[in-house]
Amino acid sequence: MEYDLECESVSKRFGSVLAVDSVSCGIPSGSFFSILGPSGCGKTTLMRMIAGFEEPDSGDTRIEGQSVVATPPNRRNVKMVFQHLALFPMMNVGENIAYGLRCRGADKAEIARRIDDVLERINLPGVAHREIHQLSGGQKQRIAIARCMVLEPALLLLDEPLGALDLKLRESMKIELKQLQHRFGTTFVYITHDQSEALVMSDHVAVMRNGKFEQVGSPQELYRHPQTAFVAEFVGDSNQWHGRVAGRDGSEVKVEADDGPPVIGVEGGGQNLAEGAAVRVFVRPEHIRMQPLGAAAEPAPEPGRNGEQGKIDSLLFNGGNSRVLVRTASDRLIEVDLPDADSAAELREGEDVALSWPRARTMCFSSSE
Amino acid sequence: MGSKDARRLFLILLFMPFALWIILLIALPNIGMFILSLQEKVGPRVYTYGIANYVEFVNEPIYWNTLLRTATISLLVTALTLLIGFPVAYYIAKIAKKQSKGALFLLCLIPLWVSDLVRAFGWILLLRETGVVSGALQWLGLIDQPVELLYNDVTVVIGLIYTVILFMIVPLVSTLDGMDDSLVEAGFNLGGGRATVLRRIIIPYAMPGIVAGCIVVFMLTAGSYLTPILLGGKNSMWFTEQIYDQFITRYNWESGATFGVLLLVFTSAVVWLGLRLSGQTLAGTVAKS
Amino acid sequence: MARRAPHHAFGRWIYRGYVLMFFIYLAAPLVAAGLFAFNDSLFPSLPWQGFTLDWFFSDEEPKLGMFYDDRLLRGLRNSFLIGIAVASLSVLVGTCNAFLFERGVFPGKEFLYILMVLPLVIPGVILGISILVLASTVANGLEDRFDISLDLLRPGVFLVVMGQFAFITTITSLVIAARLRKFDYAMEEAALNLGASRARVLLTVTLPYLKPALIAAALVAFLVSFENFNTTLMLVGSDAPLTITMYDRMVKVGSTPVLNAVSLFLMIGSGFLALISIIVQRDKASRVEA
Repeated sequence: MEYDLECESVSKRFGSVLAVDSVSCGIPSGSFFSILGPSGCGKTTLMRMIAGFEEPDSGDTRIEGQSVVATPPNRRNVKMVFQHLALFPMMNVGENIAYGLRCRGADKAEIARRIDDVLERINLPGVAHREIHQLSGGQKQRIAIARCMVLEPALLLLDEPLGALDLKLRESMKIELKQLQHRFGTTFVYITHDQSEALVMSDHVAVMRNGKFEQVGSPQELYRHPQTAFVAEFVGDSNQWHGRVAGRDGSEVKVEADDGPPVIGVEGGGQNLAEGAAVRVFVRPEHIRMQPLGAAAEPAPEPGRNGEQGKIDSLLFNGGNSRVLVRTASDRLIEVDLPDADSAAELREGEDVALSWPRARTMCFSSSE
Repeated sequence: MGSKDARRLFLILLFMPFALWIILLIALPNIGMFILSLQEKVGPRVYTYGIANYVEFVNEPIYWNTLLRTATISLLVTALTLLIGFPVAYYIAKIAKKQSKGALFLLCLIPLWVSDLVRAFGWILLLRETGVVSGALQWLGLIDQPVELLYNDVTVVIGLIYTVILFMIVPLVSTLDGMDDSLVEAGFNLGGGRATVLRRIIIPYAMPGIVAGCIVVFMLTAGSYLTPILLGGKNSMWFTEQIYDQFITRYNWESGATFGVLLLVFTSAVVWLGLRLSGQTLAGTVAKS
Repeated sequence: MARRAPHHAFGRWIYRGYVLMFFIYLAAPLVAAGLFAFNDSLFPSLPWQGFTLDWFFSDEEPKLGMFYDDRLLRGLRNSFLIGIAVASLSVLVGTCNAFLFERGVFPGKEFLYILMVLPLVIPGVILGISILVLASTVANGLEDRFDISLDLLRPGVFLVVMGQFAFITTITSLVIAARLRKFDYAMEEAALNLGASRARVLLTVTLPYLKPALIAAALVAFLVSFENFNTTLMLVGSDAPLTITMYDRMVKVGSTPVLNAVSLFLMIGSGFLALISIIVQRDKASRVEA
């Protein structure tokens, strides 16, 4: 595979804080790569090192196979969309886009042609003469991308550019960005703390924590097979319980929960949980099946599933993403996805229900991490 | 590592103009003035060092009386300026409607853009014996012969207030502008009377502005030259006039420098005391106005 | 509250009256100084002798108009040149200071910042004499020891420029630093990222952003220099600026309405400059909001 960006044990220390701790990665050409992590995890520092605004203390960074550690930021073929875009307010749209071309010494006709071309590609033809303050939030976003893409970089870095937009616009910009990336075919490296942005847009996601990559994989892999408790918690929603390993049978472990009946699950991340070890158990709401509990019919325990009974505590209606909160006999709350929005109408609060979920979807992680 | 060196070099380059400015035009001149004030003339072009100039200042009542007088009037002017300016600033910041607010504020600034000299000249035209006020009073029949309103202390104070009041109003308006109206409303709502609300809520809130205004006004008044000379006439006895006199008229630079040092020390002491009592910093206050 | 309303309304009228009185007080001397420029009399005082423009445009004595009065014109020219010199110098150094204190990291920064603000609170007269003392000491020393005579250090235009520059630089530094503080540092990084050199970033992004503040600072510096009296008085030589010329005329010759004409001219001129500086600043404000 060809890599546009490779990092090799890159580290950066600020005083006593190790902001980036020996990160290695390779980002395949033409892919959409996200670095996902909570604020302070080092993702911005990593990005600034790729762009050349910070010097790594150790390690190597290669762009299109060439080491750039000694290259100043204005000579790197890496362009960046800043968090607040940093469009130049004293220049109009055309001048903003022409800025990098002028720095390269392109001639006037060439610049004009390239501006028209890139505006066409971002679906904003003819705005070259507008002032920056006349643009909407989404338009500014696209101009910021165009300003970089017109230079045909090897790599485009995006530093949480959607953070300042309102919710609705953010949703549509996610799709827009993904399409732009397809259209340009350039490698995008996208930094965010919002897991849904990362999952929706990316080909690959790296989850970052305390300066290290916790797990790198496709969004599906991260969601279905998290390797650590942190990833399981950070990516997607989960019900979460604490407990201790009471016994094991092959790949399955029996967990004695702190505040509920025992469950049987699988070890996440290929770890080997010792008996008596403290664990965290994660079950995604969509894996839980809910059935009304008939007065007489006690449902037979199905093989390979965990089960528990409870009462509907409240309905959380949210269109297609509606959920139910079930309070179990052991007094804990479990979130359950509804198969479709209509079924919410048939449910009443206080109703007795039986919950069940597959053991294979009950992920156990050591809580000592 | 190369960029670090470049950055240091850049910082040093930026530092040069600042250092030259402060050292050549502020620090060395003041040190030079201080050294000069310690020189005594013992013969033609022969000097020794000593505090004779300061002794002379103490022994000559007219000198220290002038300083005292300058100080008293400056403090009086500062207090009066605050008293007169505060209601105006409050009106501009809190009572005037939004549209008229900016206009009133600009109106306040207009005299700032006119030379001291023109302002003093205007007052002379108004107040002298053949001036507008005297003429108007005669026309109204209140007096039967021209009256000289110049060359007295009241006129000097009025003129000084005029010269400096903007420097009181500007910081006051910007401080009061930041005050949330609901603070005052809450004060009334909780049963406070007008006096209580003013004393317990508005004035404490405006304190940074009051201090900033008072310091600048005091410095400007104590250091003013034109207004007391032109409106107070020959006998205005203002300390800066004394300094000018020693330097230019009598060509006695040693004692002129002594007076300069004394004025500087005195005004700095008052400013320092004011900052101390109000718990503010010089950088914070002056930068604001 | 309703019970207090009448009292309230009455109080408000008194308050308004007070504010009105205050503005009359502010305007009165300026109006007087301006109006008498049009009095067809040899003295700027009542009675009103009729309207004339002689004090501006007459070319013969006794009513020599300001535009034909060589000494006043020379003063005007000197003031103008001094103002330009002071404005350019103080904006230049003020810009350096703004970058130094907003961007620089160095030991003793707070103390040096106080030093930067200090010139504003030193009385102008003292600033003047202290520079006079230093310059004369150096000049005398050079003359006595090396037999070099440096006229630059004797009272004159150069020392006036230095004296005004000494405190006006504080003003320009504060104005420019305030604007620089609002600058989004990411814009410089963005320009760098797009391939610009450091020098190019400064010329195409940072300085254009500072432009309104630079213009405003230059105008303020020019005006303050133009109207300065105290510092100038101590350092002036034979090429006196306008304020000093006017003062001499007032004290030694006695005032004629030509001084009113000059006053009015100055008021209009500085009003115009003030207006420009407000417009420049407002343009910036509206841009920031948008």
